[in-house]
Amino acid sequence: MKKLIKIVAALAVLGAVAIGAIIFMPFSRTEPLTELPAYYKVPEGHGKYVMRMADCKACHTADGGEPFAGGRPIESPLGTIWSTNITPDPENGIGNYSLDDFRAALYDGVEPDGTHVYPAMPYENYRKMSEEDVRALYDFFMNEVKPVAKKAPETDLAFPFNQRWGLRLWNWFALGDAGHEDFYDDAVLNRGAYLVDSLGHCAACHSPRNAIMAQDGINADDSNYLAGGVIDGWLAPSLHGENSAPAKWSEQDLHDYLTTGRNSHNAVAGEMSQVVGDSLQYATDEDMTAMVTYLRHINGKSPSDTVAVANDKDEDANAAQDETTKLLASADPSMPLGPRLYLDNCNACHFVNGKGADGVFPEIDGNSLVTADTPNGLIDVILNGAVLPSTEKRPARLAMPDFGHRLSDEEVAELATFVRQGWSNDAPAVTADQVAAIRAKTH
Amino acid sequence: MARQEKKRDVVIVGLGWTGSIMGMELCNEGLDVLALERGGDRDTVPDFQYPQVADELKYGVRYGFMQKPRKSTVTIRRSESETALPYRHLGSFLPGDGVGGAGMHWNGHTFRPMQEEFELKSYVEKNFGKDLISDDMAIQDWGISYKELEPYFDRFEKVAGISGYAGNLNGEIREGGNPFEAPRSDEFPMPPLDQTVDSNMFADAARKMGYHPYHRPSAVASTSYTNPYGMQLGPCNFCGFCERFGCLNYSKSSPQTCILDALKRKENFEYRTNAEVLKVELAADGKTAKGVTYIDANGEEVYQPADLVILAAYQLHNVHLMLLSGIGQAYNAATGEGVVGKNYAYQTNGGTALFFKDVDFNPFVGNGSNGHVIDDFAINQIDFGKEGFIGGSYISSGTFNGQPIRSMRLPADTPKWGAGWKEGIKDWYGHSMAIGSHGSNMSYHSNHLDLDPTYKDQHGRPLMRMTFNWKPNDIRMTQFMKSKIEPLAESMNPDIMQSSFKSEGAMYDVRPYQTTHNVGGAIMGTDPQSSAVNKFQQSWDVHNVFVLGASAFPQNIQYNPTGTVGALAYWAVDAIRKDYLPNPRPLA
Repeated sequence: MKKLIKIVAALAVLGAVAIGAIIFMPFSRTEPLTELPAYYKVPEGHGKYVMRMADCKACHTADGGEPFAGGRPIESPLGTIWSTNITPDPENGIGNYSLDDFRAALYDGVEPDGTHVYPAMPYENYRKMSEEDVRALYDFFMNEVKPVAKKAPETDLAFPFNQRWGLRLWNWFALGDAGHEDFYDDAVLNRGAYLVDSLGHCAACHSPRNAIMAQDGINADDSNYLAGGVIDGWLAPSLHGENSAPAKWSEQDLHDYLTTGRNSHNAVAGEMSQVVGDSLQYATDEDMTAMVTYLRHINGKSPSDTVAVANDKDEDANAAQDETTKLLASADPSMPLGPRLYLDNCNACHFVNGKGADGVFPEIDGNSLVTADTPNGLIDVILNGAVLPSTEKRPARLAMPDFGHRLSDEEVAELATFVRQGWSNDAPAVTADQVAAIRAKTH
Repeated sequence: MARQEKKRDVVIVGLGWTGSIMGMELCNEGLDVLALERGGDRDTVPDFQYPQVADELKYGVRYGFMQKPRKSTVTIRRSESETALPYRHLGSFLPGDGVGGAGMHWNGHTFRPMQEEFELKSYVEKNFGKDLISDDMAIQDWGISYKELEPYFDRFEKVAGISGYAGNLNGEIREGGNPFEAPRSDEFPMPPLDQTVDSNMFADAARKMGYHPYHRPSAVASTSYTNPYGMQLGPCNFCGFCERFGCLNYSKSSPQTCILDALKRKENFEYRTNAEVLKVELAADGKTAKGVTYIDANGEEVYQPADLVILAAYQLHNVHLMLLSGIGQAYNAATGEGVVGKNYAYQTNGGTALFFKDVDFNPFVGNGSNGHVIDDFAINQIDFGKEGFIGGSYISSGTFNGQPIRSMRLPADTPKWGAGWKEGIKDWYGHSMAIGSHGSNMSYHSNHLDLDPTYKDQHGRPLMRMTFNWKPNDIRMTQFMKSKIEPLAESMNPDIMQSSFKSEGAMYDVRPYQTTHNVGGAIMGTDPQSSAVNKFQQSWDVHNVFVLGASAFPQNIQYNPTGTVGALAYWAVDAIRKDYLPNPRPLA
């Protein structure tokens, strides 16, 4: 018995020492990846460009708020995390940050006073950023952003997540080496990989999360790399594998989707609208080509590969497609509620074949939002509508109206189930309870 | 004392088609542009959103998108001997209100005039002699040729995304198009739309009679389309809610679908809604404008200085603003002096309804620009000397709207209400079609616009007075069309046929809807003695005021005006960009 007590006491002491070490051991920040010469000057406009490619604005600006003043709520499974003020205001923003402080925030997720930031800030990805881009970003925030003297709301998570020292442990497990390694002999692919993995932080949404909620798939050789994730119940579709958009779509379609938010198949919705609106539309043609080439490369496509236009679906799928089209075209008043609701609400734009119209009305047949395992995105769009971001090349803010005001939860469930199972789609049914939950949450 | 706002390079009055075109093109020049729109803001979602906008009672019958006469109207009389009374209930014409103007509630018929129409007076004099032009007639040449305007028609049609098939491509006459049209430099941006039963029956009958049916050029999209500004249209689903409605489907060309989202991205562009311009303010010498005064959303008077003033309001309002501001000399019908307000003209239309017991027309399927057209009796196809009139029409058939309340055409002997009416609806709903003629309307010394001596608007400004009546020349023209349409209709063997064409002695009736193609009043030309603006749409008297729209038409063309209005806007802005801005001065 005494022995046991001794062991427990010893373990407790060890534990306390370990925790003490975790809490009090001085933290060492990641050093610059390269030493830039003293005369190095950030090229004109590069800071703003890096900011856009890293999409800092999307999270660090509240709806209707001052740019970069923070205060945007980020819903996480742990609770609401508020984005911080990153304007150069010394009191409320990052005006007092040195370049090293700034780099530590980007690379290590650590504020100058040693406070760890929650990994809602994608420092897992930003730590791959080159020193040139870190310098450019720092330069931009210090010199081109208007200081805003307003404190962003404090993030106040419940115990134990409010014990930020725990993030040191998390970091030990989650973080790889800083910097981005060039894997390829090809400058375009290397640039594409850098943009996707570092600034673009695509894996933050498009890779799944592991048991400790770290990105599971941060490097191209990770098995779950860009294999699809779920953000607030919305599917962030897989960018890797047979049915992923980079594997199915042409180079032009991918290019169009990422720069304009729309292409001949689909249109952006949810979080991706902001990514296109605030970030990707500003990518140079060269950089966008690099990203698209890279995303196609990891799916075994080379730039010269064209996507077969012919439908390579099996015969059953084609028959199912025809059957739905015929049912809708029959306009038979005795058809079930789901297709009838489709005719009354959706058909005007998306048509009986579920194919919509290039660049304007998205396809329903084969649409990843429609067939996602979690139907939250689809339900949300039916209830509340959706608007495309205005982009330089396609400025029209094309909008789908909201239907929540005229359809009950049961009707939305019938309609959603119909579109998830119509044509060649084959996804589980939606229940009225699922609709009610989204309605309550989004109203 | 009016509040004064920061001076702008350009102020645009009205944010419809021409205002949006000007805004876009002048912003692209780097100018600081402000548009003032008297009505509210409007966008596809939420204002035209499906299905709320497909409410015929609210928008089709109660004019939800039109100007409200209690806020803005004209007085009307048919001759000098009558006392003009306010147009208190919309009927004959329906000016728009709000962002997009009438350009959002139109049907989308987008024609180009014949080349002869731009030189009508010379054409008549040369081919048929001066005597054919009666003393009361005030027709003029436009001072611009079709050839000069052709690239600008092409430009507008590409921005608006017009569907159709060219009948004359660079001089080559092509089967299936309009063989009588002036040469086009390029194909239409989109192929023609599919046609409804009535349109195809009409085309077949016309072909049998040796006529040349073609698809109506249409601002309703037949495919997905991206215009030069990157703006997008989606294919029409034939819901039939075009005329009097905003399009719920991004299918009908309008400032909203073709320009505004691109314009709103520009940092040098701003627009203010519920900002009604009262007057253009002139410098002391009256030779230049200093800006405009408007009433803002809170009812406060605001002085907005600007270097360049673009009047891009509806035709009636452009003329009204010129009269109120003293831009150009007001026209005096008694003496024939003055230019502002002269040559007001309208449109001379007629039609024949055909009832077929055994044909189902499915009248709930249609679009605003549906239809086949023949130009076999258009202006360049008629011997005016022989027929004894000047003018022409296009003749067409199609289903413009699928709106039930206004699409219940009935035989004339059907009771107007009660059991007999219901019986008539039961028998005839969906069993009729119509063949219409849409014709020119000449200008006359006695048809004109001026300030009303009695009635004032809510801001205390005199209302504008319209003096207008039908004249024998145009009635002869429309009767001629009747004589061509009726045999064509008869050849189709309808069970019942009834015609409605103005006949001798017809007086202008403001109650039934006719058309919102009011033209003239600030006409263009080559001589400041006989026109209000030069060929660049620039005021002869105040060189930094440009006046756009159908107010520039010296008489009305036989076609719907919007294609020409759009082309003239691109033509004018080109002159402003290339010639006026480097050296502001009278351009002609």
